[in-house]
Amino acid sequence: MKLIIAIIKPFKLEEVKEALAGIGIEGMTVTEVKGFGRQKGHTEIYRGSEYTVDFLPKVKVEVVVSDEMAGKTVDTIVKAAKTEKIGDGKVFVIGVEDAIRIRTDERGDAAI
Amino acid sequence: MNRMPSNFWSGLAKAGLCSLLLATVACASLHAQDAAAAVAATPAPEAPAAEVVAYLPQKVADIMWLCLTAFLVFFMQAGFAMVETGLTRAKNACNIMMKNLMDFCIGALAFWAVGYAIMYGTHGNSYFGWDADLLMLGSGTSGQDYGLSASWLFQVVFAATAATIVSGAMAERTKFIAYCFYSLIISLLLYPVTGHWIWGGGWLSSMGMRDFAGSTVVHSVGAWASLAGCIVIGPRMGKFTADGKINPIPGHNLVLTALGVFILWFGWYGFNPGSTLLAVGGISHIAVTTTLGAAAGALGSMLITWIRFGKPDLSMTLNGTLAGLVAITAPCASVSTGGAVAIGFVAGILVFLSVLFIETKLKIDDPVGAISVHGVCGAWGTLSIGLFGSRAIDLPYWSDTTAIADGLFYGGGVHQLFVQFVGVASVFAFTFVSAFIFFKILKATIGLRVSAEEESMGLDVAEHGQESYPNFVVRE
Repeated sequence: MKLIIAIIKPFKLEEVKEALAGIGIEGMTVTEVKGFGRQKGHTEIYRGSEYTVDFLPKVKVEVVVSDEMAGKTVDTIVKAAKTEKIGDGKVFVIGVEDAIRIRTDERGDAAI
Repeated sequence: MNRMPSNFWSGLAKAGLCSLLLATVACASLHAQDAAAAVAATPAPEAPAAEVVAYLPQKVADIMWLCLTAFLVFFMQAGFAMVETGLTRAKNACNIMMKNLMDFCIGALAFWAVGYAIMYGTHGNSYFGWDADLLMLGSGTSGQDYGLSASWLFQVVFAATAATIVSGAMAERTKFIAYCFYSLIISLLLYPVTGHWIWGGGWLSSMGMRDFAGSTVVHSVGAWASLAGCIVIGPRMGKFTADGKINPIPGHNLVLTALGVFILWFGWYGFNPGSTLLAVGGISHIAVTTTLGAAAGALGSMLITWIRFGKPDLSMTLNGTLAGLVAITAPCASVSTGGAVAIGFVAGILVFLSVLFIETKLKIDDPVGAISVHGVCGAWGTLSIGLFGSRAIDLPYWSDTTAIADGLFYGGGVHQLFVQFVGVASVFAFTFVSAFIFFKILKATIGLRVSAEEESMGLDVAEHGQESYPNFVVRE
């Protein structure tokens, strides 16, 4: 199993969710986060003085999938979240040892 | 489904209809009583009693107008509270609410006890009014003179407006107890003294200075006290970097600030038109100049921020709206509609330049722009009578001996401008110096500023032991 963490632009969340549902992904966890990469922050003006906003709002999507689904899931997220402009975000893939569905005690692939 | 029974609505409609009928009957019987009284008081006329028309006496209309506009001006306290809290951080919101509530309450008691007697007492001199009968509004015999009651009510909400301006300028760092003492002093002494000079028959009114609704009497007084307070207390932690650069501290809710500005604008329809003190036709012209001043002020600020920053800035445009209102307050009954537009527009630009100047050059931290809005634009509005003032427009509200001279742009020369300038300068000198001394005394005695730790914690928790938004994540 793989944990796929995608940091994306907030307005792309709906498209990513639809695309993942389209390939049969049945669950995900979403968190509102802030951060920066190469994009850095941007400047705003408050009452005549400029200041830098370092941390920009992003959405973190976390999905756990079976090993064979991992490649397809990553490709789907990247395709759906891409605007080809700086700040599109990143996707990380991490191995997962086990998964448990609390209600039924199912384990492994059956639990996801 | 939890539906109302269908007969609920018809029952409600019937109840409504019944109360309407009752009210009509009650009104009719009241009129009948009036008519009966009128008949009893005067020799029986030939016409049947039913045709006697009951008119609202002018005196009662005047009292109604004064009370109604006082209620509107009172609501400006809510406007100030919203403007100030929106432009400051969430961790100080309780403190701002508390200050806006208590400066009115402490101020009202102080103005009742002593302030009104200093401002409107006729037994003093032209620098300091006095009338022992007006102390505590002549408590022993009061309740009989309804005109006096209306006058006091109208004046106390003005005093409270002057007092509350300081709350925003010194926000986020002032000790609450020190602010309570300040509220007492401004309503007890500072505001009534200069108010007496201009509105209470003092030396400036004898000179012919015009400040119809209080650009100087109310707004500048609050702002000059703010300036003194801001200098004595110093900027908020982190407002300026070590090398003197500005580090903006964004407010937590510009929506509340915008709501506050709308409330203040609404309240201003009491502030300016109410200052006729009488129910006269001229209130419509004043309401029009007030509207145009505000609109032009907002436009001026929006345009200059758009040009300077590339985008129209909300917080500055809201300040510009208030700047237009403050500026048109003194000349509202002395200038044409065109004059009002010019005065407001200039105020909108002026407030923008002033906010930048006070922050970047003077290094004074005024989180809400109170000194610029109420002080600079209050001074501008007062002076503008010397430029745009028209004797012909002013005269219907006054008399031949008390109307202003034409302003510079109306061919009247610089006489009125000079008189206005003397008023602005003397009120500045008195208020700034006495407030400065008073804040210094507070600083040396009970302390004016909270500790650095309390300031970073936020005054809500440090001073009041509570949070404004306990179920929200407050980042600062």
